[in-house]
Amino acid sequence: MGRIQLKKVTKSFGEVEVIPPLDLTIEDGEFTVFVGPSGCGKSTLLRLIAGLEDITSGHIEIDGTDATNVPPAKRGLAMVFQSYALYPHMSVRKNIAFPLRMAKLDQAEIERRVNGAAEVLNLTDYLDRRPGQLSGGQRQRVAIGRAIVREPAAFLFDEPLSNLDAALRVGMRLEISELHKRLETTMIYVTHDQVEAMTMADKIVVLRAGNIEQVGSPLDLYHSPRNTFVAGFIGSPKMNLVEGPEAQKRDAHTMGVRPEHITVSDSDGLWSGVVGVAEHLGSDTFFHIHETGLADTITVRVDGEVSFKHGDRIHLTPREDVIHRFDGKGLRLA
Amino acid sequence: MARAVSTQRKALNTTVAWTIGLLIFFPILWTILTSFKTEAQAIASPPIFIGFDWTLENYAVVQERSNYMRFLWNSVIIAGGSTILGIIIAVPAAWSMAFVPSKRTKDILLWMLSTKMLPAVGVLYPIYLLFIQMGLLDSRAGLVVVLMLINLPIIVWMLYTYFREIPGEILEAARMDGASLREELLYILTPMAVPGIASTLLLNFILAWNEAFWTLNLTAVDAAPLTAFIASYSSPEGLFFAKLSAASTMAIAPILILGWFSQKQLVRGLTFGAVK
Repeated sequence: MGRIQLKKVTKSFGEVEVIPPLDLTIEDGEFTVFVGPSGCGKSTLLRLIAGLEDITSGHIEIDGTDATNVPPAKRGLAMVFQSYALYPHMSVRKNIAFPLRMAKLDQAEIERRVNGAAEVLNLTDYLDRRPGQLSGGQRQRVAIGRAIVREPAAFLFDEPLSNLDAALRVGMRLEISELHKRLETTMIYVTHDQVEAMTMADKIVVLRAGNIEQVGSPLDLYHSPRNTFVAGFIGSPKMNLVEGPEAQKRDAHTMGVRPEHITVSDSDGLWSGVVGVAEHLGSDTFFHIHETGLADTITVRVDGEVSFKHGDRIHLTPREDVIHRFDGKGLRLA
Repeated sequence: MARAVSTQRKALNTTVAWTIGLLIFFPILWTILTSFKTEAQAIASPPIFIGFDWTLENYAVVQERSNYMRFLWNSVIIAGGSTILGIIIAVPAAWSMAFVPSKRTKDILLWMLSTKMLPAVGVLYPIYLLFIQMGLLDSRAGLVVVLMLINLPIIVWMLYTYFREIPGEILEAARMDGASLREELLYILTPMAVPGIASTLLLNFILAWNEAFWTLNLTAVDAAPLTAFIASYSSPEGLFFAKLSAASTMAIAPILILGWFSQKQLVRGLTFGAVK
């Protein structure tokens, strides 16, 4: 079980309030991702849940019991750190066994669980090595192993993949998702990478300056962002946000059009512009269009290869049914 | 990047380094040489450098006249005891300063270190009186405590520097893994800081071994360590340089040998954290 509730939680460092009063419920078994730009308070929020930072006011409940003043060791949560934070003087086996040793489990049980975790994570051949002799991906797996042996109420991940190279990151992303499917344990995952958030989460919490901007499933956030911040943050490439006459025509202060919702033609369309940089990914192409009179750059995503050249004048038409409209405060209009 | 250095320049550097090294080592060398001379040769003018009649007579006399082993044992107890006691107190102190710093941590560290700038004789009188009242005069326990206090700022400072090199996340990981504060210090912090703790131990042992002011002033017979052993050969006997040298050589030999074998560890320890 691992249902975590934050009630009116705040955190200040001296005079600076980094988390204004915040309410959030994370359901048992849910994979929740905290996402936001750096400095948005997502790691602080995770550390408050972990107990590594004291909250300034409010309450944290884990499975219905008040954990606000419970030390991290007693909260029943396991954490995977960005730097892995392995114990460099211990072998992989001892690293994974450490939480069990602290829990005073008997030797046979420790052995059984360590071997079990090592098997799941493909670490069996490395059990007697030191962390220094492992690659980044292996270290990450040891850190995860150390977390899963305890069978915690919830896992906390603090940007666990940001030290890995791109290929490994994708692989580990899948492994963590697989692990969640198998264990069905609550996971809270902090990242600044919206692709990680979109691909892994059951629920995404978008944070800005300690405030929750929106909570919802990845597709909720994609289809109906509550404000321009979420609209710009979720989705890759970013949503085009346009102000001015074109937005006013649609009764909005700002209108948002995703790059994949614009059709391109060399002969006719609603808007026109000049092709700037084109990014060819093979499966699709991103064009950055200038001189549209709408915004500095309008990004367009086109399936496959399209042969527009730098400097070509082309025509754009947005799909009217999926245009997002926002008011002067940046809030979504129904 | 390595700079190109000419052979001549290298030779010059080597010569200068050796000259300075020998200059520093010369008093010790001279003491050792003198200890093998007769009393007459020891005060000969001009001094005889090598071509004297080598004799072990002085060592025999010193050995006969005083109980070297007792002084040695006192030195070991006092230096060892104060070092161990100091480490036990300094590890938690340095932990809190390195990992739970407050606004005043830096000030406290500097203040602790500044106590080392006070001339020891300034507090001799109060400490002497305290020792009389507490019945600690001429006791090894008393000296262990005093020398521990004298060196504590250095131990705390050194350990603090080492601990600062240990990433805080590792200790947080231990906390998340269910380790109590005691377990965190015992199983994670201390093993990771072993090289640092070892060189701190070593340096502190040497400092305590060589300490002469307090050991001479607070002991008479029972707790007298090797410093007192040397001193006992200076005044009352007149100027018997050869015997004094023999006693000095015997007193410094153990620490010289210890220092020689551990010099790598010591140098590493003293420059640790300075180049990061």
